[in-house]
Amino acid sequence: MVVVRGLHFSINGRVIFSGIDLNVRRGSVTAIMGPSGTGKTTLLRMMTGQQRPDSGNVEVDGQDVGALGRTQLLDLRRRMGMLFQNGALLTDFDVFENVAFPLREHTRLPERLIRHIVLTKLQTVGLRGAAQLMPAELSGGMARRVALARAMVMDPRLLVYDEPFAGLDPISMGVVLRLIRQTNDALGITSIIVSHDVQEICSVADTIYLLSDGSIAAAGTPQDLNGSDAQIVRQFMQGLPDGPVPFHYPAPDYHGQLLERAP
Amino acid sequence: MNGMIGDIVGSARDSLATFGRMMMFLGRLLAATPAAVLRPRLVVHQIYNAGALSLLIIMTCGLFVGMVLALLGYDLLSRVASEDILGAGAALALTKQLGPVLTALLFAGRAGSALASELGLMRATDQLAAMEMMAVDPLRRVALPRFLGGVLAMPLLTAIFIAIAIFGVQLVGVQQVKIDPGSFWSQMRSAVELADIYEGLIKGTVFGIACSLIAVYEGYNAAPTAEGIGRATTRTVVVSSVATLILNFILTAFML
Ligand SMILES: Nc1ncnc2c1ncn2[C@@H]1O[C@H](COP(=O)(O)OP(=O)(O)OP(=O)(O)O)[C@@H](O)[C@H]1O
Ligand SMILES: [Mg+2]
Repeated sequence: MVVVRGLHFSINGRVIFSGIDLNVRRGSVTAIMGPSGTGKTTLLRMMTGQQRPDSGNVEVDGQDVGALGRTQLLDLRRRMGMLFQNGALLTDFDVFENVAFPLREHTRLPERLIRHIVLTKLQTVGLRGAAQLMPAELSGGMARRVALARAMVMDPRLLVYDEPFAGLDPISMGVVLRLIRQTNDALGITSIIVSHDVQEICSVADTIYLLSDGSIAAAGTPQDLNGSDAQIVRQFMQGLPDGPVPFHYPAPDYHGQLLERAP
Repeated sequence: MNGMIGDIVGSARDSLATFGRMMMFLGRLLAATPAAVLRPRLVVHQIYNAGALSLLIIMTCGLFVGMVLALLGYDLLSRVASEDILGAGAALALTKQLGPVLTALLFAGRAGSALASELGLMRATDQLAAMEMMAVDPLRRVALPRFLGGVLAMPLLTAIFIAIAIFGVQLVGVQQVKIDPGSFWSQMRSAVELADIYEGLIKGTVFGIACSLIAVYEGYNAAPTAEGIGRATTRTVVVSSVATLILNFILTAFML
């Protein structure tokens, strides 16, 4: 469904990707994990055509995303749903209208049917009662669940989730996990999840790609990765501060900088 | 010295580049306009937004501008014993110059800045990106109705401004300093021609296009930060005001 080949990208002279290859099977749940700031969101932006790579290409459903024109891209996106890291709800509309938005824009369904679909989707994320609230009245976790309902409302073929679990309490987390798996299996959707939550990901994903330092450090099923004795994989899966993955963003020597006189 | 000339050349080049990008943006808006006809409710909503936002301040300012114009005109005209033409003079000044220009300045300050910050915030909070991901073109769905709403609201607001201002003129001229109402109104009616009214409306429309375009462009392309939104808002007001005054000179020179 999604094939990434030889992806290179740098921004402001900092190399983000130096050769990424990745393959997402149709109908699977694929997770992309990696330390904060390694470019997971950027990778999703390339898969959805919001950003272009320096070289290499991304194919979605057989189409080279980077080479598509504007209308073709919009066309492709009708078959995609994306959950933004911050929800990105439309602040002018209430929860109901936010979820109804894609339906109103792309279909001519009668109001009764729209109402039915939207309420069903809101019910699955447990927010049917919040339909009349404005986005400003929601908590972060609620906003993300509304955004999830909105991403699913058009029954897309590919669903892309950027950090779906961040800010969710354990109960919603469990619900969202099951929801992702269920929509994936019931509707034959392909799902890509970006997340740091190792345990949750292991319980839901078919394949995991571990992104580190601009390339794929490891790939495989959750069992593969848990059983792996590559240092980098163990460090990430077990959350150890020391290892090949630096916890710090590149910086000058710590003591030196503290002792330095203010410029 | 050389550095200063370099700076001037550099900023002139930047302005020109911005102007070019703005014209391309206008081109994209105009290309999408036929589609907007299919969804008139979005545009009507934005006319209401832009109009309702500015209506009160435009009416208040119109009233006071009219009254001050009457005081000044009376002072001037009574020295040459021709107070009777106060109505005519004030009406011409308002229809051809003050009405469109002041309305545009007020519109830029009230509706334009609100538009720019609204769009800037939508950009900063990923709402525009989210629309793109839902296969909805934010240029058509968000920018275009706001642009058209502003363009259509401006001539209406200009007409309202002029009408209220003339009311202000007669409030001072007829009610207070007791110019004969008969000659006040008949002088006005015989002096103002249809062409003058057209000039006012054309100016109102052109300023409406300029101010709405600048507001929508600045907001839509704002840097996605708090500072970026602030800068977009400020630039909207400043650039719109300067553009209005320059365009006013050009249009006046052409239509004289
Ligand atoms: N507009 C930008 N300008 C400069 N650098 C950027 C920009 N956007 C992203 N970056 C850099 O690109 C890198 C990857 O960013 P990205 O948002 O993709 O990370 P991420 O893996 O999603 O992190 P997180 O897990 O914290 O969301 C970061 O190190 C960031 O500094
Ligand atoms: Mg991210």
